[in-house]
Amino acid sequence: MSESAGLLDDLLAGKHRALARVITKIENRDPGYRELVSGLYEHTGNAEVIGITGSPGAGKSTLVDKLAEHYREQGETVGVVAIDPSSPYTGGAVLGDRIRMASNVGDMDVFFRSMSARGNLGGLSTATADAVKAMDAFGKDKVIIETVGAGQNEIDIVGAADTVTVLVPPGAGDNVQMLKAGILEIADIFVVNKADMDGADRTVQELTEMVHLGQGSTTVDAGHHGFDEVEMDLDMPTDTDPWKPPIVETVATDGEGVVDLVETFTEHRTFLEASGELTRRRRQRVAEEIRTLLRDDAAGLVEDELDDQGGVGTFVDGVMAGDTDPYTIADDVMGPIRDCIEEQ
Amino acid sequence: MSTDQSQRSIRCLVAKVGLDGHDRGAHVIARAFRDAGFEVIYSGLHKAPDEIVQAAVQEDVNVLGISILSGAHNTLVPKIVEGLKEYDAFDDTLILVGGVIPDDDKAELKELGVAEVFGPGTPMEETVEYVRENAPER
Repeated sequence: MSESAGLLDDLLAGKHRALARVITKIENRDPGYRELVSGLYEHTGNAEVIGITGSPGAGKSTLVDKLAEHYREQGETVGVVAIDPSSPYTGGAVLGDRIRMASNVGDMDVFFRSMSARGNLGGLSTATADAVKAMDAFGKDKVIIETVGAGQNEIDIVGAADTVTVLVPPGAGDNVQMLKAGILEIADIFVVNKADMDGADRTVQELTEMVHLGQGSTTVDAGHHGFDEVEMDLDMPTDTDPWKPPIVETVATDGEGVVDLVETFTEHRTFLEASGELTRRRRQRVAEEIRTLLRDDAAGLVEDELDDQGGVGTFVDGVMAGDTDPYTIADDVMGPIRDCIEEQ
Repeated sequence: MSTDQSQRSIRCLVAKVGLDGHDRGAHVIARAFRDAGFEVIYSGLHKAPDEIVQAAVQEDVNVLGISILSGAHNTLVPKIVEGLKEYDAFDDTLILVGGVIPDDDKAELKELGVAEVFGPGTPMEETVEYVRENAPER
């Protein structure tokens, strides 16, 4: 108790080491981490959380570096959580995103933390959302989450970020088709990075078409409007217009387009606030968080009950011997827990 | 491991400092640590002591492995140690040095707070085992 309380105080007082240690405790699921996160909660909600996802090698880390540099020039503090995959065999990982943070070396006001996915498949680690809270409570103005190089369905980022940015490298034409039902659906903003490469124009064009098609399908009820009427490009979104994901071209290696991108973030932020979408997203996030915690707790209770009744091994023996089956066992194990709940 | 409530992992920063472009050894170590189940953060080449300190503090690594083959260890390592102290990160970070370090300097580095020096030809298992046994708890 006293240790985590002290740690929390140090974090709120702006000690970098405390922030680092809190994130470690969150990652390790240390005893007491829940108390910590619960203590962080009231100090959160001020940071703007931006998610960056896209295929491996799309330039996520380099772009994050340039974004952080830009924000620092504006006098804002930045936290970055960068997730890299972990080995399914050993659990080990090489976390290489930090190498790209060349523009912010020695600047402690960019707090960069590498995380291993620790076996999680959604592109984030289970600890990511809580780590973001720690940075938020620490007082970071912007928190950037960089996902594992994501392919099709690594869409956990939606639950963690206010603005989801999907990087699409040029020449991903075929991939664009392939990805349609996954990662491209989650984008608030598309970035065609490496825009100086051949094929960038085509990728931009294909994305534009896709966005327009998507727009068509969400406005089905306004069917008397033709498609050409929906195509108004430069309108700022008002609170009634749905958000149409803009496509921004960048060359992250030399910082080209970064200012455009930051402006687009601001536009999206304005939209989120004006339309009530921000509140909706945050409510959804909290609901999901409550459910996840309860699921974990319930799973823990069930595990304990299972151990009390002799452990899973004895039940398996029973099934293998043909005396019973998994369904009956599940009913039996759940019985006492169910009784407790029904008594209330 | 998955049923365990707590999921500890040893985090290591493999760091290349100063004007030393030889990173084969650092790569081999990073890979071996990964295969041992550690989480490895690789600094990249030509880092200043400040950058290593920043990385070690923010990443909250249990182990900082510094690879130096340039002979500048007597200037670079003290700067890193000082930086770690400044951020209260010295006491619970295991500092290792790898590379070409003359015997006379080894004692001096250890005096500074380096836990162990691994020279050329050290078997990988030895290093991994050393880290497993000595990595400070978080």
